[in-house]
Amino acid sequence: MSHHISTSVHLAMSESADCANQHLMNDLGCGFPAPSAEIFFLEPYATFNLLGMDFTITKTVVLLGLVMVIVLGFFFAAFRAPRLVPSKIQSLGEYAYLFVRDQIAREVIGKDGDRFVPFLATIFFFVWIANLMSVIPGAQFPVMSNLAFPVSLTLIVFLTYLFLGMKHQGPVKFFTNAMFPPGVPKAMYLLLSPLELLQLLVTRPATQAIRLFANMFAGHLLLTTFTVAAWYLVGPNFVGAFGAAASFLVTVVLTGFEMFIQGLQAFIFTLLTAVYISGSLHAEH
Amino acid sequence: MFSLLLSASESPNILRVPLDELVIGTVAFGIVFGLLAKFVFPRVNKTLEARANEIEGGIQRAASAQQEAQAALAQYNSQLAEARSEASAIRAAATDEKRAVIEQAKVEAQAAAATVTARAQEQVALERSQAQSSLEREVGALALDLASRVVGESLKDDARSRAVIDAFIADLERQAAEGR
Repeated sequence: MSHHISTSVHLAMSESADCANQHLMNDLGCGFPAPSAEIFFLEPYATFNLLGMDFTITKTVVLLGLVMVIVLGFFFAAFRAPRLVPSKIQSLGEYAYLFVRDQIAREVIGKDGDRFVPFLATIFFFVWIANLMSVIPGAQFPVMSNLAFPVSLTLIVFLTYLFLGMKHQGPVKFFTNAMFPPGVPKAMYLLLSPLELLQLLVTRPATQAIRLFANMFAGHLLLTTFTVAAWYLVGPNFVGAFGAAASFLVTVVLTGFEMFIQGLQAFIFTLLTAVYISGSLHAEH
Repeated sequence: MFSLLLSASESPNILRVPLDELVIGTVAFGIVFGLLAKFVFPRVNKTLEARANEIEGGIQRAASAQQEAQAALAQYNSQLAEARSEASAIRAAATDEKRAVIEQAKVEAQAAAATVTARAQEQVALERSQAQSSLEREVGALALDLASRVVGESLKDDARSRAVIDAFIADLERQAAEGR
């Protein structure tokens, strides 16, 4: 949690030098430095220009690179020399792969979903490891709380299901199938069709990106708040000791809860991707 | 420091999507997906398929081996039953044969014993009659001799002496028959 603390210390320093190390009990009159959205804007490590575009390397970019290394490293290590009787890491890799295949691809798309397992598995583990960065000591920052990354993933998913839909249902049929679902009174199409089109082109990708982003954003803010509170309440009396201990305990519990949310959000993101792909393969009935 | 910088320029917007980070995110995912889809996931599928085949083949092999074993057991059982009935038949035949042999031996022995007895009886009868006739002759001679000596030379009348002798012998025979 050192990152959160140092951030709050930075923020405090900007207000007053006396409140650099503020506690409730130190009579300096420093208020509780509640963490705000500002903790999500970190000092960039470097900037450079490539092919006419300015790139800013921030903490989330570095962590994203780490996510790439972990995901690629794990799967390459697991299946470097696959054997019929698997080693421990191969078993783990197979379990991970089969989890996405059986719980998501086959569950949602059916037998046809097997060819999308590589795509879905990459999404699941990419997002999950990126989310886990929030609680990994030293990193402690959720990569997906940077809206640009959920948006980039969602964009890929969006283009994938648009392409699949136009390929399997026809370039125009795909949209008309979605806009005019069967079994609805004709007059209802006046209301329904624009909404369906809006859903297909805007609502789906927007909610998919924002759901992931907002969960990671809120989780990190919550953890930071209780971490800062534990530090703020530290003092040589009952209120100080009890308050700090309680805040710390809440931080520990919330960290466990966050880990659950991280896996769940990765699962939901992948599940929605599978649902959208399934909808593109077959028109809704 | 950075917060000062940021607040000086513009208030930070958490919903901003900088184009450079969008590109970085897309490329990062693209690289991971490309490498995994090209080098890792085909291997995973191949391994899983190979294992499924291996397991299916193993189950089939086990089933056929079990069938073979059951067939062999049935064959063994039928052979065993056959051998048992054969053995009991042989035993029954042997018992019958033994009984026949014993019966035959008994009959033969009885026949032999009867023959031996008959011959012995014949022999005894023959010897007895011989002994009787020789005894008759000797006793006659003896009696004649004795009578000659007792009567002296007066016994010239042959007819009279012979009648005495015959009566004497008949008397002897009667006594012998009574004494038996």
